[in-house]
Amino acid sequence: MLPDTMHAPGGHQAVLAHHFDDLEQQKDAATFGMWVFLVTEVLFFGGLFCAYSIYRAWYPEAFAAASHSLDIVLGAVNTAALITSSLTMALAVHASQTGQRRQLMIFLVLTMLLGTLFLGIKAVEYAQKFTEHHVPGPSFHFEDETLSAHAQMFFSLYFVMTGLHALHMVIGLGIMTWMLVWAWNGTITAEYASPIEISGLYWHFVDIVWIFLFPLLYLIGRHA
Amino acid sequence: MTTDHIVPKSVYYLIFAALMAGTAITVAVAFVDLGAFNTVVALTIAVVKATLVVLFFMHVRYSTKLTWAVVAGSVFWLGILLALTFSDYLTRSWRTYG
Repeated sequence: MLPDTMHAPGGHQAVLAHHFDDLEQQKDAATFGMWVFLVTEVLFFGGLFCAYSIYRAWYPEAFAAASHSLDIVLGAVNTAALITSSLTMALAVHASQTGQRRQLMIFLVLTMLLGTLFLGIKAVEYAQKFTEHHVPGPSFHFEDETLSAHAQMFFSLYFVMTGLHALHMVIGLGIMTWMLVWAWNGTITAEYASPIEISGLYWHFVDIVWIFLFPLLYLIGRHA
Repeated sequence: MTTDHIVPKSVYYLIFAALMAGTAITVAVAFVDLGAFNTVVALTIAVVKATLVVLFFMHVRYSTKLTWAVVAGSVFWLGILLALTFSDYLTRSWRTYG
């Protein structure tokens, strides 16, 4: 239950939208809404993982060879960067719930820096793909000619899956910028921390997608 | 089951360590030839990592039953998507006619 001051007669607290009874109900609704959105995201990426699985089952040699050409070091560093950004995001949520505005802003900035590092490394990897002619299209060339057509299928999936993941990262950075403004101008308080919490849900979800992308794209065929 | 549960920082650090260890194990195992089990091991570790993120970083461990139902629903519908599609594509070679 909320303290009586939040039910003061004659008006609600500013952060409480008028159609909610109290902040707890408002927070539950926000959390529920974000999770329902994340269900649609699971199925959105799920369709791509499904397509990947079918083509990999059909063309295992081409997928292993194409996967082997990806830079495992850059992929692993990016995985570590994203997991660390999830930690700083979780710590940002903690700071918001305990009303530590300064810490909240520091952790939001750290989360954004790690997200930007991830995107920077991804850009380096994409640039390498162009110089290696591993981008699907007329100039595509794969070292093993017999696997070329099916390797191109792998790289098509690679660019669509990592590209959509990167787009989610960019949107995440936008959300974090918004949250940083709200932390800075005092909108976020210990009582009204749910914007940080549900933004965190989105950020962690994007991390989870990468947790599956990394082994499936970078690590198949390493032992061959 | 209160919604204002604040997860202690120590839990976050512990989960972070587990996620980093999981990543290291995944990379190490990828260089060992386990045949078809390479994929099984990689996906098992990924599922464990994802579960840790969902339960602790995303607070589902401390959330309402409604949130649990939504999360379970996403896994269920993903299961339908994968199972029905695979039951077609991955069994086409089983045909003994034509």
